[in-house]
Amino acid sequence: MAVEMAMEPDYMRDPRKHHFSPYMENGGTSIAIAGDDFVMIASDTRLTRGFNILSRNQEKVLRLTPHTMMASSGCWADVLTLSKVLQDRITMYSHEHNESMPTTAVAQMLSTMLYWRRFFPYYVANILAGLDEQGKGVVATGASVAQIQPLLDNQVAALNMKGATPPKMTKDLARQLIHDAFISAAERDINTGDGIIIHTITKEGKTEEMVKLRRD
Amino acid sequence: MVEENERPQAGFQFSNFGRNEALVARGFQMPKCRKTGTTIAGIVFKDGVVLGADTRATEGDIVADKNCCKIHYLQPNMYCCGAGTAADLEMTTQMMASQLELHRLNTGRQVPVIAANTMLKQMLFRYQGYVGAALVLGGVDKYGSHIYSIHPHGSTDRLPYTTMGSGSLAAMSVFEARWKPNMELDEAKQLVRDAIAGGVFNDLGSGSNIDLCVITKDGATMTRPYDVANVKGQRVGKYEYKRGVTEVLNTVVRPIEIVSETVKVVSEEDMDTA
Amino acid sequence: MMAGVSLTGVFTPNLWSGGPAPGQLYNFPATKTQNESRTHTMYPSTSGTSVVGLVYDGGVMVAADSLGSYGSLARFRNVKRLFRVTDKAVLACSGDIADYQFIREVIEQKVRDDEIHGYTPELNACALHCWLTRVLYNRRSRFDPLWLESVVAGYKGDTPFLGFVDKIGTAFEAKEVATGFGVHLAIPMIREAREKGNLTREAARKLLVDCLKVLYYRDCRAHFKYQLADITPEGVTIHDDLDLKQETSWEVASFVRGYD
Repeated sequence: MAVEMAMEPDYMRDPRKHHFSPYMENGGTSIAIAGDDFVMIASDTRLTRGFNILSRNQEKVLRLTPHTMMASSGCWADVLTLSKVLQDRITMYSHEHNESMPTTAVAQMLSTMLYWRRFFPYYVANILAGLDEQGKGVVATGASVAQIQPLLDNQVAALNMKGATPPKMTKDLARQLIHDAFISAAERDINTGDGIIIHTITKEGKTEEMVKLRRD
Repeated sequence: MVEENERPQAGFQFSNFGRNEALVARGFQMPKCRKTGTTIAGIVFKDGVVLGADTRATEGDIVADKNCCKIHYLQPNMYCCGAGTAADLEMTTQMMASQLELHRLNTGRQVPVIAANTMLKQMLFRYQGYVGAALVLGGVDKYGSHIYSIHPHGSTDRLPYTTMGSGSLAAMSVFEARWKPNMELDEAKQLVRDAIAGGVFNDLGSGSNIDLCVITKDGATMTRPYDVANVKGQRVGKYEYKRGVTEVLNTVVRPIEIVSETVKVVSEEDMDTA
Repeated sequence: MMAGVSLTGVFTPNLWSGGPAPGQLYNFPATKTQNESRTHTMYPSTSGTSVVGLVYDGGVMVAADSLGSYGSLARFRNVKRLFRVTDKAVLACSGDIADYQFIREVIEQKVRDDEIHGYTPELNACALHCWLTRVLYNRRSRFDPLWLESVVAGYKGDTPFLGFVDKIGTAFEAKEVATGFGVHLAIPMIREAREKGNLTREAARKLLVDCLKVLYYRDCRAHFKYQLADITPEGVTIHDDLDLKQETSWEVASFVRGYD
């Protein structure tokens, strides 16, 4: 995410001057992987401001509908607002149509809502994950740290390899990739750590799992 | 043979300074130095001093080194923790170590800690803060046990306890709450460990392990790591690649042309036993 | 309200509403010309420093010192920055004192309105926290922020609640929160103490006073006079005019002689 924000620690700044910025980078890493009959979405639980850890236990995956979830990170104030408005409009949809909003419709609406704020944007990177009408996994728009995307490209889509075919994505493989990607990200990215919550959505319902990460 | 004007001079080279200023003025982005977010600390206890440091080196948001050493040797009775620009710290402490050793050989005595403090502040002052070294200097000499904090611009403080780096406030909160005069060794080590741990867990610029260095009149002991505060997570999968997955995009074969062949006979030489 | 960022039409915006009228240019919000008239809200004047709060076994505790600083001048030494909202909620703020007093009056009026209209569920800490995030986020979106970092403490039903909101609407709930310098100095102390075991009320109070003491030692804008609020399921107790000067120790000064 190309956000230009003052990441220099407090002590580097002139202590007498105050400046107002409506944005803040609060970190957060999320991954989602789709399979034929499931989708897995996970995020770490650390909320940061500058060099400080605000919370070690902040869930960043939102439960939108019974079969759709969204992981958001970036400016936390914007995440809160976006999720509130999104959730309200999903509720209104369900009242109007007497059915829960399909994942693809949520994705389209999210896109419209974000573009509506084109000139005062929500600084939020979203991953929307859910099941479509046929029960297949759908993952829409992604953003994650530089360390993870190449790994997923390689291991999920078998990119950058000669003669390799993408593996059959099973729940076990998806869980393993998400787990291992976070373990590695926590080693090298200072904003990632403390813990992850991995959500799995299938036709049968949702499950979640907590994994601890290093806390430094 | 190196030309006379190409021979490296002592001190810094400034010949590109003007060019770089002009480039920056035209919008060129200068490369940034590696600055380490850090927690370093030092205290005086009953029989000497304890220095402590974390082991994370960062480059922006990325961890560049997970187990670097931030406690530098200066003299057998003197060590120095560093926070700031990695290259400046390394070179400053190395240069100071050699200068102090020369001083020791010249005088034939153990170098007092105040000498190192004075030399460091005089050097840093001359560079007006552009040598980005924030130091916690600790040592024991015939005058007693000393901890100095030295700032990049050359100001110094002699204190019974001090901290530096991005985690300095987290570490200082531990000292302000629990430091007292004339502590026993074990108590002092635990206090410095807890101070560094405060930085490791609460400051994103600090992390990994905790190193300690205890200096008494009998000498210095470095313990590295003193405490492995963070254990690396276990990955579930194995990520190995089959042979041949790296695609060959094109192949060029260039034969080696033999222009001439010379055979030179070398006579056997006696082994040097001098 | 500026053109284009009307937040009232959030739910059903007309397609491309708020755009330029035919033949006119788009009036970008928050451009320099629009900002200049509001520069007085872009920095704090009289301000308060840290607030520290923690959840302990059986309650929530918050403390704040009572200094109102005017730049580097210790202007007002008896400013209250912490107040009881209802029996279920306490609000403490650091940042601009005027903005705090403004939001305090708004909240007090809100609580009175609730009472007059006979709303039986009292405004609890969680609800207040949520409401504050909306107010502060809307003010930041209008580039007219309330320069505050606030701590909301209290109860939501039977569960203790401790939350944080800042001037742009960043909000979270945690077992320990702090604002200002407290983020750097007090949070590590509370987290360390919590790792060693559970916190009783006595331990929590001692810890909070230790935090304020360290802040008084190291934060130039801190003061020894403070307020402390203790919230339990039974209600809110606020201790005003507390003083930690007697507990401070400056013994260390005798170990410092000169700078080399």
